[in-house]
Amino acid sequence: MTALVLRYGARIPIGALIGLIACAAFLFIAIFAQWIAPYGLGEIVGDVWEPASPEHWLGTDNLGRDLLSRMLYGGQTTILIAAMATALSFTLGSILGFLAAVVGGWFESILSRFVDLLMAVPTLIFGLVVLSVLPSNLITLVLVMGILDSTRVYRLARAVATDINVMDFVEAAKLRGEGSGWIIFREILPNALSPLVSELGLRFINAVLFLSALSFLGLGVQPPDADWGGMVKENKDGIVFGVAAALIPAGAIAALSISVNLVADWILNRTTSLTGGRGDA
Amino acid sequence: MLKPAGTWRDPESSLLLDMRNLRIEATVHPPGDDPQNVVIVDDVSLTLEKGRVLGLIGESGAGKSTMGLASMGYGRGSMRITGGEVFLNGRDILKGGVHELRKVRGSEICYVAQSAAAAFNPAQRLMDQVVEAALHHGIATRAEAEKRAVALFRKLGLPDPENIGQRYTHQVSGGQLQRVMTAMALCPEPDLIVFDEPTTALDVTTQIGVLAAIKDAIRDTGVAALYITHDLAVVSQVSDEIMVLRHGKMVEYGKTRQIIEAPRMDYTKALVSVRSLEHVENQPGAASLLSVNDVTAAYGRAHVKVVQNVSVQVCPGQTLAIVGESGSGKSTLARVITGLMPPLSGSITFDGRTLASSLAERTKDDLRQLQMIYQMADVAMNPRQTVGTIIGRPLEFYFGMRGRERDARVAELLDEIEMGRGFMNRYPAELSGGQKQRICIARALAAKPKLIICDEVTSALDPVVANGILKLLLRLQKIEDVAYLFITHDLHTVKAIADSIAVMYRGEVVRYGPKSSVLARPFDAYTDLLLSSVPEMEIGWLERASSRGSAAQSAS
Repeated sequence: MTALVLRYGARIPIGALIGLIACAAFLFIAIFAQWIAPYGLGEIVGDVWEPASPEHWLGTDNLGRDLLSRMLYGGQTTILIAAMATALSFTLGSILGFLAAVVGGWFESILSRFVDLLMAVPTLIFGLVVLSVLPSNLITLVLVMGILDSTRVYRLARAVATDINVMDFVEAAKLRGEGSGWIIFREILPNALSPLVSELGLRFINAVLFLSALSFLGLGVQPPDADWGGMVKENKDGIVFGVAAALIPAGAIAALSISVNLVADWILNRTTSLTGGRGDA
Repeated sequence: MLKPAGTWRDPESSLLLDMRNLRIEATVHPPGDDPQNVVIVDDVSLTLEKGRVLGLIGESGAGKSTMGLASMGYGRGSMRITGGEVFLNGRDILKGGVHELRKVRGSEICYVAQSAAAAFNPAQRLMDQVVEAALHHGIATRAEAEKRAVALFRKLGLPDPENIGQRYTHQVSGGQLQRVMTAMALCPEPDLIVFDEPTTALDVTTQIGVLAAIKDAIRDTGVAALYITHDLAVVSQVSDEIMVLRHGKMVEYGKTRQIIEAPRMDYTKALVSVRSLEHVENQPGAASLLSVNDVTAAYGRAHVKVVQNVSVQVCPGQTLAIVGESGSGKSTLARVITGLMPPLSGSITFDGRTLASSLAERTKDDLRQLQMIYQMADVAMNPRQTVGTIIGRPLEFYFGMRGRERDARVAELLDEIEMGRGFMNRYPAELSGGQKQRICIARALAAKPKLIICDEVTSALDPVVANGILKLLLRLQKIEDVAYLFITHDLHTVKAIADSIAVMYRGEVVRYGPKSSVLARPFDAYTDLLLSSVPEMEIGWLERASSRGSAAQSAS
């Protein structure tokens, strides 16, 4: 990312710059939570819902734990799970989507109808049902979120690849005798990248929101581990008493979504250039 | 029936249109860069008298359509008229504002677009659209306008002129639609019509009829016209004067006869001599490289036979041209030969062996020896690959060349197509149309093929550029001893490069043999029509050709 900033530093629009800085800050938190958090994750350090003070910058939560520390740990969990789920959904969805477009025939039909089947059930309800049956741990959570989300990526990847697959340059590659590997990764992927990258940002945000919703409903990250959605749930009763503790993780979720979106938009603009980003055409 | 033209205008002057020092700019937004101003038309002046026809000619991007639209005070997209004046009937129409322009458009000046199919509203009957301008401007009542439209339909040679106006766009052919559009422009009896490439999208056999109809209509109604085209032969049939444009600047401006018979500027000379390329025919050898034996192919389950019982042969190192109008099955034949579309019956023999009918079953060497060049070079290359990768991939794939060895060969090929190694790191978007097609040729050559299928490789290019590509192909044929199967609808291209010719019509080969015998009398009916329809660059050709084949034309 530094290379990107150095290369295009002069031309980064202000929105993208804000997004980049915010994303970098979130990433820093996610990686170094253990070292920068002033207190432990489950450590009870004071009274219930204490207001902000020099000791506790954001106050304490519904059990008297330091809210700032839990925010940092929670950010780590949220971003880690969302990133892993997005990576899974992307790899799975785009490879299957490209393959369906290139191979076609019965392979495409079967895969597409299976995806339709998965998409026919609302994602949240599907996730709730599956997660209430399976043991609730990090791996099942990532798998369930990733696979459910990959249906969307599959749809997009297949649609984009179908358009590219009928272009003359793909036909030229087929006439040359190239295999599916070259056609998918060297002919189609580079041309499908810009819609996929913008989708990547959206899918990541979607994963953050989905995870937060699951945790809020009690099926996501289990206590005492913290994540932002779970923290909203823990502190929601405080709102009645005028305690803003629930709004802080909620605000963090919104801030993360917006900043990722800003960066995704900017990358989309850059990658649609057909001169390899040189911008001199 | 003509309205009394010019009674309230300046009666002394016969000057209709006077464009002075016109300058048109556009703002382009290159991705990631600041918007830039580009000059599209630079200081061009022209005048047009009543009842005269001026041809605007030039390659794409020369600014000719922009000039045509500017005469109506219109700038397409982000184009702005930034300098100069446009006088129509003695008034500067650019000064009057939008309201004034609206009064002029559709009453004093009308427009005929290139793609009639895109210019008509498919949800309205033709008649409603033809009379719309006349009604809008209050020039005629509906009954009068319709009567006038029917008379115009008859004059333009449309079948069933009384009722054709009740049809919708999909119920008439492309050539008929272009005539209806001409009728639409003539209906309000304007002083000036701008024709923007009205016959370019049509087949030659259809073009000649439309061209004759337009010419007669111009003569009979006494309207003046700006006729925009890239085809000098076409424009020399209809216009009194010709202006040659290039890169937004005027190159030459003169009487039609002077331009085509004694051009002064180098660029005009190049345009005029484009069609002089000649290729001395080689005698067919005993052995054939590719032979197509009784091939029949069909699309879909309905078994509409697109190619029927076609048998042709290509000799090593020679060129077979397949000629025909669109829909004659010539591109389908190419797909069958390449293996993209297995035939229903028949076989293909290549270099002494029978080729598998589907692509998947062919060997890598079969694929290598049979390469293909496409019509649209921009979509035939991956826009995300550099020229080096595009040309280098066949080298890697077929010959296992890597690194420096590969780059050296790519550079050699770039030299061979007269471009040079400086292009190695460019992306296709950074090349011109002609350069793109050259890269595609280099990619095909990289495989060291014995046969290259050229599918309309020059039809998307401007005449001067296309001529360069044909010369290159001829030169490469000598060096590399490669055979071409050349698919085209353009008979001039055929004359320039073919050794033998197959004429296709509705999926069948109607005439086949060495060039000299195919192009020699006696002709069969279709070949005669095809040959006599190709515009010649001489004054009076249209009249001679029309009188010869008027019976055949009325059907189109």
